[in-house]
Amino acid sequence: MKEFLIKFQRYPLTWIVLVACLIALTISALSPYFLTVNNFTNLMKQVSIVAILAAGQSIVIISGGIDLSVGSVLALTAVTIGWLVQNGVSPEIATACGVAVGTFAGFINGIVIAKGKIPPFIATLGMLGIARGVALVITGGVSYQVLTPLFLFIGNGKLLGFPIPIYFVIVAYAATHFMLSRSRFGRHVYAIGGDEHVSRLEGINVDGRKIAIYALSGFFSAVAAVVMVGRLASTPPNVAFGIELQAIAAVIIGGISFAGGRGIVLTSFVGALIMAMITNGLNILGVSSFWQQVLIGIVIIAAVWVDNIKSARRR
Amino acid sequence: MPTEKPLVKMESISKHFGGIQALTDVSVELFAGEVVGILGHNGAGKSTLIKILAGAEQADQGRVFIRGEEAEIQNPNDARRYGIETIYQELALCGNLDAPSNLFMGRETEKLGLLNKAFMRSETDTILRKLGIKIKSLDVEVESLSGGQRQSIAIGRAVYFEAKILIMDEPTAALGMEETKLVIDLIQELKKGGIGIFWISHDIHDIYAFTDRIAILKGGRNVVTCATQACSQDEIVSMIISGNPAPSLLVDQDAAAA
Repeated sequence: MKEFLIKFQRYPLTWIVLVACLIALTISALSPYFLTVNNFTNLMKQVSIVAILAAGQSIVIISGGIDLSVGSVLALTAVTIGWLVQNGVSPEIATACGVAVGTFAGFINGIVIAKGKIPPFIATLGMLGIARGVALVITGGVSYQVLTPLFLFIGNGKLLGFPIPIYFVIVAYAATHFMLSRSRFGRHVYAIGGDEHVSRLEGINVDGRKIAIYALSGFFSAVAAVVMVGRLASTPPNVAFGIELQAIAAVIIGGISFAGGRGIVLTSFVGALIMAMITNGLNILGVSSFWQQVLIGIVIIAAVWVDNIKSARRR
Repeated sequence: MPTEKPLVKMESISKHFGGIQALTDVSVELFAGEVVGILGHNGAGKSTLIKILAGAEQADQGRVFIRGEEAEIQNPNDARRYGIETIYQELALCGNLDAPSNLFMGRETEKLGLLNKAFMRSETDTILRKLGIKIKSLDVEVESLSGGQRQSIAIGRAVYFEAKILIMDEPTAALGMEETKLVIDLIQELKKGGIGIFWISHDIHDIYAFTDRIAILKGGRNVVTCATQACSQDEIVSMIISGNPAPSLLVDQDAAAA
């Protein structure tokens, strides 16, 4: 029993879920509109895109890297879908092509990082510009309408009373959690994040794993793009501008170590939820959106502070 | 000299990093059941030589033979296929992972495509027990273990995967006295089992007490290779410093030539 308690106490989800509950209780104490089914549904829709991106970002950060290009890759995927649909391609095929393009962009990130030995920050910063630029080139800067049933369903449909994007989130997190905790690939992600040099010496195919990791992040960006197209019913090339920072913030707030090698993906969802709750809650309370940014900034710093305390205690 | 084929024969190995010539025409042999000490100053090329055998570096020139057959060692996995395991001075473990994860790193066992965690845990438990290694828990990050415990895990790894050729790069440098004794006892056991061991160390006493032969390098070249007991500790030290074979050895060689 005592052992179970210690395990429970040390489990990465425990504390961050507690924090999330505390925030939810505080806001609902201040406003009766917060904890309503309607608002909850809204919140889930709002959080879905950042949450999906954060799942991919978690893998990258646990491996000791970072992916700044997720917002741009999302946009590139979205306009690929929009452009194809506009040109009479069926939405299903357009989606498949869009996801392939997004995954390919991530794959290129991986190649540049693993084979070109370019630091992830620089490589993905480059891709941030490239993917957004290509998105603008494809469209000439205009936004396409995507009013096909498939995307209307993804954006506005419900299944068992829950909006569709939630299912995307659930599948994304279940798959990632499973992969990280049960597969060889996942074990290698942690090993590389812990010590890349040792991983290499112990025969892990570090380059191959890195390429897979960034391709996966591209894939998650593409999946987020599908949800985004559903919600907007259009594909503006400037969509999701700056969203990469929210995704990274969600991962960090959740408690995954920025230094790599530690943490579990599920906390990133809670991190995304905390940010969404702060935004949503302060909106309900009528607090200026300027203050929301200040608060989220403070939360990010606080989260890293706590992480530092945790790692100091390990020593 | 035994007449059997050497377990390892590294022949005329050269390696440069940019403009720096790390190794020039270095040769060394290792037979089954012997410990060969590799000595030299920092920068003498010891670690580079051993990294080439371990697959962590590639030689520019020269050949490696394992049991008489020429071996292509391009990466650590190739080395492992030849039964070469390496124990590094810098304690080559991932601090953020537990003992079983480290023991099986890069060689995780799977069941139905998933990590077989229970199997890896129990195997780790068995091998550590067999070697008389005690660690406080198999489930904690190895970062929280002592240097000796971590080195023991690295040795456990080599034993578990049935190393035939063991490379120990200053295996006791980070250890206390008792832990060093543990490691040395382990090595004696392994030696009896017919494993060939390359031992790199700065500790002349350890080298003198536990190696059968020594190979001294200086400036990336062979100085001398001889039976450890053929010279005194002082002579070994002076050879490391001067880079010239001790006079007593030269006399022996002349005698052998004559």
